Amino acid sequence: MTNSIAEIAGADFILAIGTNTTETHPVIALQVKKAKREGATLVVADPRRTGMADLAQVHLQLKSGSDIAMLNAMANVIINEGLYNKEFVDTRTKGFEALKETVAKYTPEHVEELTGIPADTMKQVARGYANAKNASILYTMGLTQHICGTHNVFAVANLAMLCGHIGKPNSGVNPLRGQNNVQGACDMGALPGVFTGYQSVTSDEVRAKYAKAWGINDLPAKPGLTVGDMLDAAGKNVKGMYIMGENPVLSDPDADHVVHALEKLDFLVVQDIFLTETARLADVVLPATSFAEKDGTFSNTERRVQRVRQAIDPVGNARADWQIVSDVATAMGYPMDYNSTAEIFDELASVTPSYAGISYDRLEEGGLQWPCPTPDHPGTQYLHKDKFVGGIGNFSAVEYIPPAELPDQEYPFVLSTGRRYYHYHTGTMTMRTGALEVHYGTESLEINPADACKLNIAEGDMVRVKSRRGQVEVKANLTEVVPPGMVFTSFHFPEVPINKLTNSMKDPICKIPELKVCSVSIEKVS
Amino acid sequence: MAEVTLTINGIEVTVPQGTTILQAAEKLGFFIPTFCYDPELTRPGSCRICAVEVEKAKNLTVSCATAAKNGMVVHTDSPAVIESRKTILELLLANHPEDCLTCGRNGDCRLQDYAYMYGVREAGFVGEKHAFEIEDENPFIIRDMNKCILCGKCIRMCDEIQGNNVIDFAYRGFRTKVATSMDTPLSDSNCVFCGNCVAVCPVGALQEKGLRAAARTWEVKKVKTTCPYCGTGCSFELNVKDNRVVGVTSCDGDANGRALCVKGRFGYGFIHHPDRLKQPLIRKDGQLVEATWEEAIGLVAVKLGGIKRENGADALAVLSSARCTNEDNYLLQKLTRVVFGTNNIDHCARL
Ligand code: SF4
Ligand code: SF4
Repeated sequence: MTNSIAEIAGADFILAIGTNTTETHPVIALQVKKAKREGATLVVADPRRTGMADLAQVHLQLKSGSDIAMLNAMANVIINEGLYNKEFVDTRTKGFEALKETVAKYTPEHVEELTGIPADTMKQVARGYANAKNASILYTMGLTQHICGTHNVFAVANLAMLCGHIGKPNSGVNPLRGQNNVQGACDMGALPGVFTGYQSVTSDEVRAKYAKAWGINDLPAKPGLTVGDMLDAAGKNVKGMYIMGENPVLSDPDADHVVHALEKLDFLVVQDIFLTETARLADVVLPATSFAEKDGTFSNTERRVQRVRQAIDPVGNARADWQIVSDVATAMGYPMDYNSTAEIFDELASVTPSYAGISYDRLEEGGLQWPCPTPDHPGTQYLHKDKFVGGIGNFSAVEYIPPAELPDQEYPFVLSTGRRYYHYHTGTMTMRTGALEVHYGTESLEINPADACKLNIAEGDMVRVKSRRGQVEVKANLTEVVPPGMVFTSFHFPEVPINKLTNSMKDPICKIPELKVCSVSIEKVS
Repeated sequence: MAEVTLTINGIEVTVPQGTTILQAAEKLGFFIPTFCYDPELTRPGSCRICAVEVEKAKNLTVSCATAAKNGMVVHTDSPAVIESRKTILELLLANHPEDCLTCGRNGDCRLQDYAYMYGVREAGFVGEKHAFEIEDENPFIIRDMNKCILCGKCIRMCDEIQGNNVIDFAYRGFRTKVATSMDTPLSDSNCVFCGNCVAVCPVGALQEKGLRAAARTWEVKKVKTTCPYCGTGCSFELNVKDNRVVGVTSCDGDANGRALCVKGRFGYGFIHHPDRLKQPLIRKDGQLVEATWEEAIGLVAVKLGGIKRENGADALAVLSSARCTNEDNYLLQKLTRVVFGTNNIDHCARL
């Protein structure tokens, strides 16, 4: 997030795109509700009529995957009506002319049919956004899990830069991270192309710095493989995998493909707290501790580094992940003998400029938001003040492209996937709480009553959902949350492994799979 | 900002205009009991337990909802004030189950604390008592409206912070109670079981089901930590008894204040679930069987080392975790780059 969570409450205009915040980030949604109580306008763009959409003054019920067309149309209105922030565009950005040219053909009238949103509504929203004093854009995977996910994000950034709604308190572009420490995993260099703090592996200087800090001669310069590419290469170029705390068999698209890939490996190590669907395929399973049994830090979606504190002894013979990793390194001839996580943190802070000013001592006083470059720096509440982190803000003119798979006669429905309020990710934790799964214990498929009627499906009937890749059976839930032609379910429930169906077609830039759109057929199981 | 100067219990204090008498007294370190007051919520000033004596005022003054004024002379513990507090407590206890011995909030209850403080042993008034049914049919929250003192904090929490407006005062007079719109159980309302109402209840009317059944308040150690679920990063306290996590309670978090969602507050049961892995496993003859740490780590080192030797470093690939700590992730990418010798590391951020 460029802003802090609390700043959302100070926005006058909130545009939430593809985020059902009340279910996926309930406590962030409290700030949205607060802003609304204080008079802010809330616009929600989502193909589903979600709880969040119910809160909104305007619900843009766009067709799945048409985000760029909608966002470009808004940019078109803002430029044509002269509503953009000329001073901001002149002094802090480049590429305006190219953007103007590209969005010229995206008139609201022209994209009305493609997006399913009336032209007047698009104009009204564009004006509202441009004229707001403080405007915040929120988004989650509903925007990014598309074949054009990166371009979707560019289109959002274009809008914010056009209006100068970034680099100010309460105004910005705010992706809400789905998992507790996605932010931290990225910050810590658990990515194929960068070390900690997004320092590129291709830079000689950067590699030399890390080699020195880590006491070795050289480090690999070639960027590595992304998750999807790893799985594609499994059994071919990739022979051995080490998986810590992830369950790709349930979380990744095209589940059968993932299982086959992992089975083809010569050796698979899985380190986790439960015997997950992925761990079952492993050659060695290493029992790790849960968050309650270890010390450390998480970095939340507003870049706030906060302490995790050990409350109980490890369960059974489990060990903290960092200890296991140290043991493996030591056994392979590179001794790691850290006595505490504070020691590890000090080391990572010493090689990561944005974390350099943070220490466990300081975190005792409360969380700190990076960048925090020095021990007396208070942390950074919002990014891009006066200047973009990269210097000048670049408009990236992007074109609409349709989803990789469109409904046809054989697979006439669009399947979208997401999360439920009572559950989390692949359910390994939330299905074992003695409370959450008791209250919300079975998954269902949301289907519009009109579609259900045509297919002779009644509430609670078992239906078979089939795509080109696989099929699952699930109970039908007739609801107008989904529009006709669309169905929705979550990926939390092992007994409804919906990712057997989803499309692993990826965004070519950031490699996010298109989990939000694939084509399926529905039939009643008799 | 304009300031006002007043005298509380003989001591002069200067505070910004708009400060309540209660806040001014707290600034001086004087204790005033409260039931319905909460610094984050609107102030109905309805429970009157915080009333104090202001010289020249006709009646006792509700300190949480009255602004301090220049020249005010306030007594927070005068005989009239104490008398009033005792009477309020006696009235509350007259319609209270008085089952402190078995109440899960024993030791964490303002009614109990104040009764002790003001030496109120028994009701003093005899009258009809409520006989509401205890609501116990959801897995998260127990509601016992017989213990409710009608402070309304849960109502305001649900409305003003949670923004859900699930509950309100219903019925009138003696029959007044906090209820959902059709007086249905919470599970038949649009309640989302965030438990934020429970976090502000000053008595035993609202209780966390698991926590209060597992431990008495003085038995638990509280450890402040960060939620393991979504990216909001809510802070909360793990409640620990006998080396087991028995519950979660709110503290004052940087990202969330006291608010939590159902997962953070009630989703801790997985920690001690019998399915937890407790011993390393190694595949032998197709089956995963228990092994020692030495065996398991040794095998990992030999096998991964072998693949690296035979097929090159890039034949190894690593998935790190968006759920593990920064320290875990840092060390795993270090292991990958330094020891395995490849940049093949990623995590499931894209999913
Ligand atoms: S649990 Fe949450 S939603 Fe339910 S009544 Fe309490 S505050 Fe309201
Ligand atoms: S309590 Fe709920 S909103 Fe807060 S971090 Fe945990 S899962 Fe997210």
